[in-house]
Amino acid sequence: MNDTPDKKKVSGAEADDVVLRVEDMSVDFRTEHGAARAVAGANLTVRRGQTVAIVGESGSGKTTLAMAVLGLLASNGSVAEGHIWFKGEDLGHVSPQRMAQLRGTELGLVPQDPMTNLDPIMQIGRQIDEGLIDNGLRTRRDARARTVELLDEVGLPDARRRASQFPHEFSGGMRQRALIAMGLSGRPALLVADEPTSALDVTVQRGILDQLTGLTEELGTAVLLITHDLGLAAERADIVVVMYRGDIVEQGPARQVLTAPQHEYTKRLMAAAPSLASRRIEIARERGLDDVLDEALLAPGEEHGTTADAADAPAAEPAPLVEVRDATKVFSIRGNGLFSRSKDFTAVDGVSLDIPRGSTVAVVGESGSGKSTLARMILDIEKPTSGTITFDGAPVGAGGHREQIAYRRRVQPVFQDPYSSLDPLYSVFRAIEEPLRAHDYGDAAARRARVEELAEQVALSKGQLQRFPSELSGGQRQRVAIARALALSPELVVCDEAVSALDVVVQAQILQLLAGLQEELGLTYLFITHDLAVVRQIADRVLVMQQGRMVEEGTVDDVFDSPSTEYTRALLDAIPGRDLELAL
Amino acid sequence: MLRLIVQRLLLLIPLLLGLSVLLFGWVRALPGGPVQAMLGERYTPEAAAEIEAQLGLDQPLIVQYGKYLLRLLQGDFGVSLQSGRPVIDEFLTRFPATIELTVVALVFAIGIGIPLGYVAARRAGSIVDHSAVVVSLIGVTVPVFFLAFILKYLFAVELGWFPTTGRQSATMIATHPTNFYVLDGLLTAEWDAAWDALVHLILPGIALGSIPLAIVARMTRAAVSEVQNADYVRTARAKGIKASRLRGDHILKNAMLPVVTTIGLQVGLLLSGAVLTETVFAFSGIGSFLADSVFNADYPVMQGFVLMIAVVYALVNLLVDVSYGLIDPRLRRQQ
Repeated sequence: MNDTPDKKKVSGAEADDVVLRVEDMSVDFRTEHGAARAVAGANLTVRRGQTVAIVGESGSGKTTLAMAVLGLLASNGSVAEGHIWFKGEDLGHVSPQRMAQLRGTELGLVPQDPMTNLDPIMQIGRQIDEGLIDNGLRTRRDARARTVELLDEVGLPDARRRASQFPHEFSGGMRQRALIAMGLSGRPALLVADEPTSALDVTVQRGILDQLTGLTEELGTAVLLITHDLGLAAERADIVVVMYRGDIVEQGPARQVLTAPQHEYTKRLMAAAPSLASRRIEIARERGLDDVLDEALLAPGEEHGTTADAADAPAAEPAPLVEVRDATKVFSIRGNGLFSRSKDFTAVDGVSLDIPRGSTVAVVGESGSGKSTLARMILDIEKPTSGTITFDGAPVGAGGHREQIAYRRRVQPVFQDPYSSLDPLYSVFRAIEEPLRAHDYGDAAARRARVEELAEQVALSKGQLQRFPSELSGGQRQRVAIARALALSPELVVCDEAVSALDVVVQAQILQLLAGLQEELGLTYLFITHDLAVVRQIADRVLVMQQGRMVEEGTVDDVFDSPSTEYTRALLDAIPGRDLELAL
Repeated sequence: MLRLIVQRLLLLIPLLLGLSVLLFGWVRALPGGPVQAMLGERYTPEAAAEIEAQLGLDQPLIVQYGKYLLRLLQGDFGVSLQSGRPVIDEFLTRFPATIELTVVALVFAIGIGIPLGYVAARRAGSIVDHSAVVVSLIGVTVPVFFLAFILKYLFAVELGWFPTTGRQSATMIATHPTNFYVLDGLLTAEWDAAWDALVHLILPGIALGSIPLAIVARMTRAAVSEVQNADYVRTARAKGIKASRLRGDHILKNAMLPVVTTIGLQVGLLLSGAVLTETVFAFSGIGSFLADSVFNADYPVMQGFVLMIAVVYALVNLLVDVSYGLIDPRLRRQQ
């Protein structure tokens, strides 16, 4: 709207290298109950070539702040107070047309989730072309050549051919690379990177972040990095800004904030950071006398007393609760052509594993490593192609319908996504009660009592029992999922990425809860995760999987302190925040 | 893509075989059998025996079915009891009328439904949005025959803007090489005939299109509401692309996926013949003829028409599936 012939003059007294200055900015959302303030009086400065990280949990307002800068707030949101100075213009108060001009040229975005941020029905290349063309950076004819250059620059192999493919033909990492190419295509002065790698595997994360950091350094791009991961912020940012419930509670040079946090929330965030610095959760360690002994020496049933026959068993050599021997799972994949034969794909290849009673065994690996398939075989959802799985001495999957139902009572899953694994139309009470009903547990009064007992165990209030999933936070939903899994007093709980979708502070709470429940109820856990930091906090033993094979197995301390394979070392190296550990 | 088409065409074989068994069995299961149904009040044992022998009904069922199937394969669907003409001829002369009517109804439903649904979603809570909801509610709830009567009374009888009945005016003399009257007029350069036929299609087309219009509008509104809040739309905005490109290439195109499914189902239904609309407007498509054949126990027509409608329905669905692949690259790969 206003032409600013000499931007430097307008920015006046400000130092030349300031790219963005947010001044006392507040963002409001119009709701049915009036205006809701999402960001209150934020102040921050980003200089040329600098990376500023905004750290906070979901709902802290960090993404809202960044979207206000880009003028991409949801339609009911607006900048209510303050200024967003960008090269002498107040972005909080320019016309939408001017904002659209700036986006794609001076301002770039690398969004969070590569799975949902690309138009599924448009070629990747075209999605970059259109920005170049509409921003007048290239003509329709030259755009594609430039797009290929950009894709090449972010390390996408075979960029020319890839440019004419569609998003579903790309892996998550490749999509994220394409999104980075897109964000940098206009050579912006400021790039907003909103959790650019949180949806990716750790080893992929590192590569992508290196690429992003390298490019922005080379181009002198200032980066506003949004993350919930303190380790990542410590590693990548010059300045760390901590947000909590809409307020900036602390900011300063990264090292200073992380080594000497001033605000209570920053300290909590530090304590909860799933970095290598943190050891197994305290409560799991405080087990009284038995704790001094190695878990392997514990007699089954002696401590837990859940099964009658276990008490009679000789205490000397306790049999593991689950024994997996040479389990292999082969899927056949249909061929593409009319007459092409189906191909075999070995998801799990000759894996053997023991899960001792009352212990926690973690299986780690990247997506596609076969860890979930292994879990599904133990849950008796998939049948192994060869090999055996026994549970409490009896083969899994043998026997009739009755045996299967009995098995389902003893083994319960907790799944990853607390948003989609609860029926939105079921109240919390009904969700927890459902397995009780399905397995004919007592009458209505007995079920009610049991549900209330379970709610108490997972620290849900009675009032929350009448709510619906949409009214709960992610952590609360995961508590519901855990209560539901515990309803039938299972012996083994299979947690498939059960805490991966949660913020670190909430994640720590849930892990603590799980450890406490293990202590109280004598549960055995199988943890499926890609997050080694989580493994460190909760597991006794760990199994590392790569492409269906078991590459390493041992106690957590052994594997973490002296990894014997290159792959495990790569996984460990990829955890953000090793820096943080050194700093502390 | 080719593989999909071949697969689906092959699937037609068991479908039609199954259907032929059902239709064959159904006629045999009529009270008193087909002969009673044919003779009605003129039934005497002698007449029945004569017809049975004539039609081969005294032979074993399996032989009868084999012969029936053989005739079907030769395109012989029997002879209409009402008109004495072959069923296949009756179908082929009437089906073009039904297709014409379907096209007009669809143009009406899509031409209004998609823009209406789009605007309603983009301006959620506005007057346009609320009126779109009302329009689609009316479309779904008002019975088609009632709407047809109202339209006819208002625009044909009272205002006289449109003809009341038929496919062309009684005074119009035209040649019909294809039986698509509008097309015929264009082919033979009889412009007045083409116009006349088109005008006859308007009111029945609107009446028939009202339900699809309502469904398409609601579907479009829901899809656009969802897509406009999708992450990739925000990312597209972050690229600073033109608003027209954002609307057309990203929002509308993605929102069309579920709408195309809906339209496909509607096309199948419309082509199966619109009994009520055709009856009110005395429009000689397959719907009104099929209704007549039910009243007259004209079972060869019922059998034949049901079979041919099934083929049409299956082919339309195949066409819709192919068109998904054109819009959605993810399906192209799976297919």
